[in-house]
Amino acid sequence: MNWLPEILSEKIPVGRWGKLFFDFLTANFAWFFDSIASALSSVLGGASAYLLMVPPLVLVILIAALAWFLQRSWKLALGVALGLLFIINQGLWKETIETVVLVVSAAAASMAIGVPVGIWAAHNPRVYHLLQPVLDLMQTMPTFVYLIPVLILFGLGVAPGLIVTVIFAAPAPIRLTYLGITSVPKPMLEAGEAFGATRRQLLWKVELPAALPTIMAGLTQCIMLSLSMVVIAALIGANGLGKPVVRALNSVNIPLGLEAGLAIVVLAIILDRMSRIGGGVRR
Amino acid sequence: MTSAPVTHAVEFKDVDIVFGEEQRRALAMIDQGASREQILRETGAVLGCAGASLAIAEGEISVLMGLSGSGKSTLLRAVNLLNVPSRGTVMVKDGDRAVDVTACDKATLRRIRQERVAMVFQQFALLPWRTVAENVGFGLELAGVSASERKERVARQLQLVGLDQWAGKYAHELSGGMQQRVGLARAFATEAPILLMDEPFSALDPLIRTKLQDELLQLQKTLRKTIIFVSHDLEEALKIGNRISIMEGGRIVQTGAPEEIVLKPANDYVREFISNVNPMSVLTAWNVMRDRRDLEPAGEDGWLWLDRRNTTRFKVGPDGLVVAAEREGRPAAWVSCDDLDALPADAPFVFWASPGTPLKTVMLAMHRSQTAPVALLDDTSRFVGAIGIRDVLQGVLRRS
Ligand SMILES: Nc1ncnc2c1ncn2[C@@H]1O[C@H](COP(=O)(O)OP(=O)(O)O)[C@@H](O)[C@H]1O
Ligand SMILES: [Mg+2]
Repeated sequence: MNWLPEILSEKIPVGRWGKLFFDFLTANFAWFFDSIASALSSVLGGASAYLLMVPPLVLVILIAALAWFLQRSWKLALGVALGLLFIINQGLWKETIETVVLVVSAAAASMAIGVPVGIWAAHNPRVYHLLQPVLDLMQTMPTFVYLIPVLILFGLGVAPGLIVTVIFAAPAPIRLTYLGITSVPKPMLEAGEAFGATRRQLLWKVELPAALPTIMAGLTQCIMLSLSMVVIAALIGANGLGKPVVRALNSVNIPLGLEAGLAIVVLAIILDRMSRIGGGVRR
Repeated sequence: MTSAPVTHAVEFKDVDIVFGEEQRRALAMIDQGASREQILRETGAVLGCAGASLAIAEGEISVLMGLSGSGKSTLLRAVNLLNVPSRGTVMVKDGDRAVDVTACDKATLRRIRQERVAMVFQQFALLPWRTVAENVGFGLELAGVSASERKERVARQLQLVGLDQWAGKYAHELSGGMQQRVGLARAFATEAPILLMDEPFSALDPLIRTKLQDELLQLQKTLRKTIIFVSHDLEEALKIGNRISIMEGGRIVQTGAPEEIVLKPANDYVREFISNVNPMSVLTAWNVMRDRRDLEPAGEDGWLWLDRRNTTRFKVGPDGLVVAAEREGRPAAWVSCDDLDALPADAPFVFWASPGTPLKTVMLAMHRSQTAPVALLDDTSRFVGAIGIRDVLQGVLRRS
């Protein structure tokens, strides 16, 4: 009866093991993480710089045109243009472009990881069972906890911001791709098989088109989740709309906080409406 | 795989299909003649079908019939290996040889599915993101047919099923009947000689169903496909099938021509099925006639009584042709019962029918001629037998 307190008093050194692991990574693979970090920051920084060279009004027109092209809606194009003009008016154009670049690349990376992984899990129940707890971990682990190791490995800047964002956002496209592929009606799959589809043809001609609306919902979710990370990304040195928010927080600057917050909301609405591709079409 | 001459389009040989883990124990129980319920209770495996042997000739419409859950779909889907048999072979004609689909390699199976066996589904199974034309071309696309040839073949199929105006629409813009026409066109497009149809018309309302059945029969006259057709509706089976196999609890209990099923049900299950069938809808003159060799002679020189009451007699020449007829002692003309209304006004007459004439027409002819017997002539006008009123009654009351 006295073994119980003994076990309880003996603290399991989870924290120390983790630290040892990261010490090992930094000691042996620093070159690897450093090169990733510098590659990412030069790509993202370069993209922002290019976009900022374009006169803002021209870019506003281009983005509004893209909105029209994606959704065929004049109302949306007009709304997008007005929203962006408001942001320019608030003097947050540069930060907005940096955020857009971060969000779009994080969403692209999340989709590039999430869709194939989702398909893999859908075809392979074992993979799905293994993946399930990992996804739960990625989504429920407080972001600040994995900020620390990411910081250690990648240093300050836009690269760790991107990585943290992807860790947080990628589970959404994984889950939704899995959902989309596993809920393809059986008769459709059988029609494909009965007419002699290969596995590849089945994927490209039946499963993916059938799952497309769900996968696109994954894209929208992914963009929104990425956007919700801008403030945290700013904490570890990524530029963008998160920066003024953090600054406002530190200096208790209500007007600045409000302006930056509103810009984020406007951007969220624009990205959300523009990214609803393929959803609600047909079926 | 085999070098024996191929006589059937599809041949099932002792096919058992078991769903579940305990395959071996379930198969052992099948060998002992266990029922589906026993197998489920003891092994947890579901018996899909057991001991199914059935040969389907080229150009034939073979119907699998039975209550829901009797294993019709399971057996049908073994032909293109959507269900994999646990035991037994399924031979499918492929050019001038037969392939055992349960043992062939993947490439062969794919070729069979692309070129030999096409399928029509109960719930249509169209792809909603594709237009009607793209759906019809689906099988061709999978088989790697070039876009230009595909376009031409799809247009031909759409014409065939009367949907050429709808090529650019999406499936959900079409009525159920039209959607299934797309399903038919998709199956026809691959030009596969074997067609699997799993209750293709069950999801349609009765009027449309009848219409599509008629259209299928019409198309079949020129297309001459080998069709395996699953149905739970006996009326449909009798109308469509050249042969019908009745399934019960995963086993085929009777196979035969429609009128054989109706006239000689193999067990109570089949009898139950046919109890509501109007025999008039399947019986023909052939099924109820008395053969000429069983007719009573009516004197010298080849005279024969057509009926038991001895009212009507024919004189049949050595070549089998009718030479003279007599009714109530007076010479009579013999008239086809296809022209019931073109009766000779003056002379007595006797109706004749062909073996395939529906019993209903024969009865109408009897009615018109004050219950005189009806003669049966084959397509070279030779006398083959006769039908008296008692033969009709026996046929209808199913006693033979
Ligand atoms: N994939 C499957 N897995 C397990 N059981 C199945 C499967 N397919 C069919 N069955 C079972 O096999 C039996 C025969 O089914 P089926 O061939 O679909 O009947 P029918 O087409 O005559 O209505 C049913 O009891 C059904 O539940
Ligand atoms: Mg069925």
